[in-house]
Amino acid sequence: MTKFTPYQPLYLLCTLLLFTLFGCDLSNEVSLSENSVIYCSEGSPEVFNPQLVTSGVTIDATSKQLYNQLITFSASDNTIAPSLAKSWHVTRDNKRITFYLRKDVHFHQTNYFTPTRPLNADDVLFSFNRILDSNNPFHQISGGKYPFFQSVDFSELIDSIEKINDYTVRFNLKRADSSFLANLATDFAIILSKEYAEQLMKLNLPDLIDNLPIGTGPFKLKEYRTGSFIRFSPHSQYWNGAPQINQLLFDITPSNTGRLTKLLAGECDVIAYPIAQEKIRNNPQLSLDQVTAFNIGYLGFNTTKFPFDNKLVRKAVAHAINKQAILDTVYFGDAEGVAASTIIPPSSWAYDDKIPVIEYSVSKAKILLEQAGLSDGFTIDLWAMPVQRAYNPDAVTMAKLIQADLKKIGITVNIISFNWQEFLRRLALGQHQSVLLGWSADHPDPDNFFTPLLSCRSAETGNNRTFWCNQAFDHLLQQALATTDVTERKAFYHQALQIIHKELPLFPIAHSKRFQARSNNIHGKLLNSFGGIDFSGVSKN
Amino acid sequence: MLIFTLRRLNLFLFTLVLLTVLSFSLSFLSPGDQITNISGQINATPEHIELVALQYSKHESILIQYWVYIKHLVNGDWGVSMHSQMPIAEEILNHLPATMELSLVALLIAMLIGIPIGFIAAAHHRKVADNIILSFAMIGYSIPIFWLGLLAILIFSIQLAWLPSAGQISLVYEIEQVTGFQFIDILLSDNPYKWQAFQNASAHIILPATVIAIAPATIFIRLARTAMLNVLDTHYIKAAMAKGLTRQQIIMRHAIRNSLVDVIRDVGLQFANLVTLAMVTEVIFSWPGIGRWLIESIYQRDYTAIQGGLLALSSFIFIVHILTDFIYASLNPLAREAKYGS
Repeated sequence: MTKFTPYQPLYLLCTLLLFTLFGCDLSNEVSLSENSVIYCSEGSPEVFNPQLVTSGVTIDATSKQLYNQLITFSASDNTIAPSLAKSWHVTRDNKRITFYLRKDVHFHQTNYFTPTRPLNADDVLFSFNRILDSNNPFHQISGGKYPFFQSVDFSELIDSIEKINDYTVRFNLKRADSSFLANLATDFAIILSKEYAEQLMKLNLPDLIDNLPIGTGPFKLKEYRTGSFIRFSPHSQYWNGAPQINQLLFDITPSNTGRLTKLLAGECDVIAYPIAQEKIRNNPQLSLDQVTAFNIGYLGFNTTKFPFDNKLVRKAVAHAINKQAILDTVYFGDAEGVAASTIIPPSSWAYDDKIPVIEYSVSKAKILLEQAGLSDGFTIDLWAMPVQRAYNPDAVTMAKLIQADLKKIGITVNIISFNWQEFLRRLALGQHQSVLLGWSADHPDPDNFFTPLLSCRSAETGNNRTFWCNQAFDHLLQQALATTDVTERKAFYHQALQIIHKELPLFPIAHSKRFQARSNNIHGKLLNSFGGIDFSGVSKN
Repeated sequence: MLIFTLRRLNLFLFTLVLLTVLSFSLSFLSPGDQITNISGQINATPEHIELVALQYSKHESILIQYWVYIKHLVNGDWGVSMHSQMPIAEEILNHLPATMELSLVALLIAMLIGIPIGFIAAAHHRKVADNIILSFAMIGYSIPIFWLGLLAILIFSIQLAWLPSAGQISLVYEIEQVTGFQFIDILLSDNPYKWQAFQNASAHIILPATVIAIAPATIFIRLARTAMLNVLDTHYIKAAMAKGLTRQQIIMRHAIRNSLVDVIRDVGLQFANLVTLAMVTEVIFSWPGIGRWLIESIYQRDYTAIQGGLLALSSFIFIVHILTDFIYASLNPLAREAKYGS
């Protein structure tokens, strides 16, 4: 048939389409996706400098990817390990800390900046003076707020920072504080390039320092489209060995189901905060990483008010609560949390595994109440926080379970809730009898649990919701802060934990977990107990 | 044809003016300050706001304000987005091509599926095949698109893992944006992975475009069927039959071509419907088009973006209508007569 029929173009088109999709065999080329890692994150970073914020999204996208700190936390046991500083020395009085910097650490070379020299002491001074010195030209750029450093009173603690020579920096402190090193190892204490800052100043574009970042980290920023994606390329001169992947991409996918779909369809290699964890566990091509986060969910007793001013009542209540039932219901078995025996999570070096778990025993609880002279029963108010937090996903349900448990020993529980702001305000005023609350740590130094939660100082400010003040306990905390010897500190903290166990100002319930899902061809450790995700050691095959 | 063209252009200009009046009035009707709504300047200093007010002649009469607004529009100054603080004109140029690309592919799929099936139905008028096709067309037209989209993702992305569920192209391919049309940009780029990128982009467009195409395809089925039946009923077909041509010859040589002319007129009308469907689908498939951008802007109460987006989208649909009218008129001289004759 020579005549051109209307169907012929159709056939042609279909053939072309099929060719486009399946026709070209490109097996001789390595597929680009084979050495690129796509991480589906839950939101857009606000800025590319973790000094300025505390939000997890920004920390994930910046700290471990673009920058380094002087020191870091070792991934295996959360002790402090060298990073840009290859070693450091702390004087006996714990007030002068000297850092010896690594040589030949290169800053990122990008299309907007070419470094002429490697990292030296000037960069360290610049990075910290920006935060501490309100006269520094970069202090007020991006608002002049450094929330983490302000929360730990950094400027009150540091007397001065000196440059000893090009590769030696000394921090002089006003008082001894052994959580100082832990603060420097957090994701917030990153080192910026002074040379880059000077160049931006010359160009009169100082704002760019926080938006077009230059760091020493394993990846450099290549492209960022707000709300859409971040493209990182590897830093080939990275001091700790160049990354093994050619490209790192953050695909910003705020919806939970969207991330799960992309993981299942193979469009993401790693996803943040996965839902439907059973489905991921059952899929042979995927794996679910989990790590117990540095937090604690607890039942706090107001020790200044009846009936919890009596230690026996506090213990009776603790014995009467069926913690396993709470874990099963609120934390879905062991899926989202582990039972807590102390305020410190087991992965901390200050953890003491000799502290026994308070046994669930209604009869013991009844005996204790009898000893307290309250066997006839009474009524208490239990405040349940109105919002969902990782350490307590559902405080109201938890309160209902406790209500049922305490009924068995004759205690009637009224569950009380306000809106979150009002709740916190009234808690600080101490209007409650007992409360379900929790705490997430900023860094793994155990002091971050003890001092804010239970010290006399924070009882005065109302941050210590139990208003418990024990001189012996406080003294132990101060002794622990004044020394840098970890074994010594550990001994002090173990004693402190014993006191908490005996006095029971609060009843620890659970440490929750943080999750992440990935496909099985992604190797390397990504997830830490605290702080951001880390792609420096990740490989794909 | 000249008068026809002039009439069309006249209608086009008049409609554009109405659209700008609507968009201009939105800046008054939306909550908040009019100057903020029109310029998108939030958190600006009082001096800056005063400057913007001057630029928009805020202190003059409403007609002058409107005239200044039009001048701004023509100069490409559509204000900045309240949310991202990016120029609206730039945002629109970033997002509109993706929608056009998706809609065009969907239209192509709808025509390729719908028109031949419609002809087949007409050729088997009132027989089993006709009934089956009509029933399926009815079902296809009635299925809600968001449900169909989710179902498609569930089956083809999650269960079978054949096709990607979101986005325009995998992020691993770095394609420089030149025209905004993904496929053209890929062909223009000097990326060594060009062909991989092309395949990847093709795989990405299949699911959303097919989902959008289902409803218009069912309409094309019915349009093509009716058009073909009308043609088959005409005298020249009867004459051809009398000459002794077989039914197949008649359909292939005469009926298809003549009924296609009728179908083309309705393609333009279907396009508005198609873009509406595309907007919903863009949200489901995270397609970076103007529909998703506009819906997000509505969520974020980004009034500058809503005004600009609506104006751009409606002008785009209108331009497509006019173009199809022209094509139809150039194919069918009778239409030109009808349009200005009566």
